Amino acid sequence: MTDRSKLGFYLLLMPLMLWLITLIILPHIGLFMVSISEKIGVREYETGLGNYAVFFNEPLYWRTFARTAFMSIFTTILTLVLGFPVAYYIAKLTRGRTKTTLFLMCLIPFWVSELVRTFGWMILLRETGVLSNFLQYTGVIGGPVEFLYNDGAIMVGLVYTSILFMIVPLVTTLDSLDDSLIEAGYDLGGSGYSIMREIVIPHATPGIVSGCIVVFMLSLGNYLTPILLGGKDSLWFTGLIYTQFITRFNWELGSAFGFLLLALSSTIVFLGLKLSRQSLTETMGR
Amino acid sequence: MTTPADLVCKDLTKDFDNFRAVDQVSFEVPQGSFFSILGPSGCGKTTLLRMIAGFQFPTSGDLLIKGKSMIDVGPSKRPVSMVFQHLALFPMMNIGKNVGFGLRQRGVPAAEIKTRVGRVLERVGLPGIEDRQVDQLSGGQKQRVAIARCMVLEPDVLLLDEPLGALDLKLREHMKIELKSLQAEFNTTFVYITHDQSEALVMSDNIAVMNKGRFDQIGTAKELYYEPANAFVAGFVGDANKFSGKVTGIDGQHVTITTNGGATLSAHAMNSAPTIGADAQIFVRPEAIALSKVAPPDSEKASAHIVDSVLFNGANSMVLLRDPQSGETLQVTLPQSGDLLGLGKGDTVFARWDPAQARCFATEGA
Repeated sequence: MTDRSKLGFYLLLMPLMLWLITLIILPHIGLFMVSISEKIGVREYETGLGNYAVFFNEPLYWRTFARTAFMSIFTTILTLVLGFPVAYYIAKLTRGRTKTTLFLMCLIPFWVSELVRTFGWMILLRETGVLSNFLQYTGVIGGPVEFLYNDGAIMVGLVYTSILFMIVPLVTTLDSLDDSLIEAGYDLGGSGYSIMREIVIPHATPGIVSGCIVVFMLSLGNYLTPILLGGKDSLWFTGLIYTQFITRFNWELGSAFGFLLLALSSTIVFLGLKLSRQSLTETMGR
Repeated sequence: MTTPADLVCKDLTKDFDNFRAVDQVSFEVPQGSFFSILGPSGCGKTTLLRMIAGFQFPTSGDLLIKGKSMIDVGPSKRPVSMVFQHLALFPMMNIGKNVGFGLRQRGVPAAEIKTRVGRVLERVGLPGIEDRQVDQLSGGQKQRVAIARCMVLEPDVLLLDEPLGALDLKLREHMKIELKSLQAEFNTTFVYITHDQSEALVMSDNIAVMNKGRFDQIGTAKELYYEPANAFVAGFVGDANKFSGKVTGIDGQHVTITTNGGATLSAHAMNSAPTIGADAQIFVRPEAIALSKVAPPDSEKASAHIVDSVLFNGANSMVLLRDPQSGETLQVTLPQSGDLLGLGKGDTVFARWDPAQARCFATEGA
């Protein structure tokens, strides 16, 4: 490389590096430094792992942590189960205008902010909401029922928020599956089930895995949806972090929580990749 | 013949929204023969093949395999297998799994699958490649694996959808011979569709020429080449020089036409004899034309032409001639021997042909 082209290379790399360093690497270093400093008096700090010890000694904290992890995994599975048929239909059973229209229809809800969408769910699910009124009107239930502020409502909200991020990679991978492979499967005597299991799903695995990673991380790190739809009992780990930073002014513990969440998501994604025998480059680098 | 033909189509028709893709096609394919359907792209041959395979359902007509109607039978239940245009080998499985796929669907025990897969791979000349991946094979090997994957199921009819189209020329020539010998080896009925006339001519026992959803002619390669049923077949199968003009003389089946450029040519009329004054076309094969540097004794039958260009291609060399009066061009096989060897641009040669080897058809739609 000549000096000139080297300069061009670094100039083009600049925005990415600026973004990575100023918005991701530096804050995390700062956060880590804060998380390992223990407050021993007014403006007196000591380096140590005391904040992490607080987490493991307080059952509410690590139970919330585990609950957030399990519910995020369950959300991911539910999103996959709901998203796969939709993606298959868009990618394989429609073409041309219909395909574009359907794809756009998946995208349209994302034109409004997440806050507004979540309020939409609140209008539907609250005690005086659409669903409750409808069920009373048809006589299924006697009096008003509160559908909000429970785990089911959180789950609905999370699936709804993240399903697009499952559908898009799935449509892309399923689109790249040659129809003649499916036809060949039928021609050789395969049933719909065996073709799905032996041909379609193995082909779609990179899309499934990358969709799952994105959905899982979005759910795990979501704050708005669990708080609004789950109410004060939602016990979502991001809620705990918020409380430490904003309500309790305990930045040290909040930072430790933040790092624990990062470790959790990395571990689960790593395990997921190992289980599905995929590599990160294979699923994300396509 | 007492045994029913392997594949019988009766007035098979397929209508799409606004056009008819396959129009009342009827044919029979006897057991163990190699049947080709030859036609230009868009003539409906793929639709026809997909109907036989069961991926599309005919609008009307009947389809019988070994005497049994297949109209209500799904693709996975038909005793036919198909080699797809791009082979459609499953990239997510190794070769052994690919070939064993159909047997696994039928619930054959694993040990038997293993021996049968091994045996069929041996028969296509690729023993012991079960553990390789699809992308580790060459084009010709993939071809043979695709055939093995179908043949392991012992189908009554094997359908092939232009499987040689994606190969390079050299390999294609080689695979033509190989396919023919594989067909003889398995003694299975092959139905092969192609737009490449040389593939059809070389490999087939019988060829159907398809045009605009109809079969124009069914016959052996020789019949199609020497006795074409109509102008389309004459023009599509093999190379031919085509002249259009008006009929000026009829003597039995011997027709004389005057071309638009003013040249007078004669040929043999095949079926419907044209009338005087009608538009007609004459087809002459490049190899049916004899060339000589000096005017032959009965010179009224030979006409002088000027060499436009020599297309050297070894034994398949051609020469393009131009009639100085009418301006019409003529493509002639150039023998690489004798005094014609040194033929060059601008030379004058005398061309003549036996009218019995030229074919005359009334122009369609005139």
